Amino acid sequence: MLKQIEGSRAVAESVAMCRPRVICAYPITPQTHIVEALGAMVKKGELNAEFLNVESEFAAMSVAIGAEAAGARAYTATASQGLLYMSEAVYNAAGLGLPVVMTVANRAIGAPINIWNDHSDAMSQRDAGWIQLYAETNQEAADLHIQAFRIAEELSNPVMVCMDGFLLTHASERVDLPEQDQVDAFLPPYMPRQVLDPDDPVSIGAMVGPEAFTEVRYLGYERMRQALELIPAVEADFGAQFGRGSGGLLKLYRTDDADLIVVALGSVLGTVKDAIDELRDDGLRVGALAITTFRPFPAQAVRDALGDDDRLRRLVVLERSLAPGSGGVVTADLRTALATGDGGPRDAIVSTVIAGLGGRPVTRDSLRRMLTSASRGALPAFSFLDLDRGLVDGELTRIRATRRSGPSAENILRDLVGRP
Amino acid sequence: MFQVRFHGRGGQGVVTAAELLASAAFREDRYAQAFPSFGSERMGAPVMSFCRIDDKPIRTREPVSEPDALLIQDPTLLHQAGIFEGLRPDGYVLVNSARGAGDLGLASFVAEHGKERLLVVPATQLALTHLGRPLPGAPMLGGFAALTQTEGPVSLGALLAAITERFTGKVAAGNADAARAAFDFVTDELKGVAQHA
Repeated sequence: MLKQIEGSRAVAESVAMCRPRVICAYPITPQTHIVEALGAMVKKGELNAEFLNVESEFAAMSVAIGAEAAGARAYTATASQGLLYMSEAVYNAAGLGLPVVMTVANRAIGAPINIWNDHSDAMSQRDAGWIQLYAETNQEAADLHIQAFRIAEELSNPVMVCMDGFLLTHASERVDLPEQDQVDAFLPPYMPRQVLDPDDPVSIGAMVGPEAFTEVRYLGYERMRQALELIPAVEADFGAQFGRGSGGLLKLYRTDDADLIVVALGSVLGTVKDAIDELRDDGLRVGALAITTFRPFPAQAVRDALGDDDRLRRLVVLERSLAPGSGGVVTADLRTALATGDGGPRDAIVSTVIAGLGGRPVTRDSLRRMLTSASRGALPAFSFLDLDRGLVDGELTRIRATRRSGPSAENILRDLVGRP
Repeated sequence: MFQVRFHGRGGQGVVTAAELLASAAFREDRYAQAFPSFGSERMGAPVMSFCRIDDKPIRTREPVSEPDALLIQDPTLLHQAGIFEGLRPDGYVLVNSARGAGDLGLASFVAEHGKERLLVVPATQLALTHLGRPLPGAPMLGGFAALTQTEGPVSLGALLAAITERFTGKVAAGNADAARAAFDFVTDELKGVAQHA
């Protein structure tokens, strides 16, 4: 049913139709509206689930682990510092092979404290063993949750659905929400691979020493390999059941004759596509590659999508987080993907652009300028979109001049206010 | 695409107003996107929200920087730097106040853009009369529907339907009445402008 609806509400309704038995969460902006809505549905009796208000995000994931181990479909949501606080249990859920589904309403990580959107939170957990899916629109966010339960349970591996905080969670737009019977037909009841059952006792979570730890880890690696096959199959099934394309490993936009391709994740792709259309009108051959599945990284699919003829000369990776001392998280994976395996444009020049940190808008104008410069070969290998160089230089000068130069964030804010 | 920027203060319902406008446009089979400015929304602090309306799916996620219309729910924000920034040269401005444009220091703006582009509507008073609470969102939208009638981003009928869907009982009726009253008020003002022209 078509609705004009807030992203968080759409996700809550979509999750409810997946019939989770346990929902546990600790409130943190910008995820709160999702679990608030689910809590209200449970209270009204519209959703037959146990809603647990827990004392922290660490507890939220621990409860989800316990619920899954008892054979109950479990859901939670968090963001930013909440995800970091949860981190130990996040690794445990994957290590145990328990199919928790979690929404991460992507938000920056402090310090400095910042409640706005970027991808630093989810990227910090990229090696936790979770599958990570990134939504481009609220339609996709709603759809990905339905696919996430199916993928998670089929593999017995947790799935994180990442949706941009505020930009998606707080945006009202058109979403086609499925009917309950459609979801029931797509998502079978949870059949746990392992369950704590008093009639058939097992223990879950034993200590494993050097004699078998590597082998248990190998199985996590193997599940990710299987996910690369399962995710496109689930995408196809979803398309057949619901009549629209959502999810999958990656998506292409106007790449056929492109000599410059933007690689990005999440909602920024909407603005990127608008910028591409305008640049195409100017005669530039630009396209976009959307990474929907970031973990497992779809290296072969990326190589296949980009092809191996030499028309493609440049790749610009739009990073929504910064890996200090290294550069860009997505760039590193992309470079590895291009350097290994069969096919792919081995000679393409890869540039990293750090964009939209801590909620800074990624505008069409800035993207156009940056991509025009890239097409002329003038974009450096590593740069920040819309960096205010004056502010940075002011603080660098202060640091060089005085030992006790004080806290940088506050200095920069003062400089900003004091500007003519 | 028609783009609207709402200016108000935390607690005045600018986010709800943008969502209502989007819902109304959706009811008319158009695509709409509403979103807040995502600040730390404290009571009384200046806040913004945005709404885009189009006949095709809206992909961009950037804030509205070149609005076709401004809805200013609190006249004390009028003299904030940059409030008119990016406004389309012949764009619309609707200000919530019980005072005239001249009293608000907008005479030069009106002289430059024409009275049919900038109007003042006593939205808070209308809300107090019909709803009993100083929430100017719905009457501002009613006034907006009247002010922009020739371009028609949204009709009064769709707005009223969106209001009755969002609220229930007395709150729905009060908001709808206030929106209707503001629509009539602005329609009369526009007639007055046309007669003087």
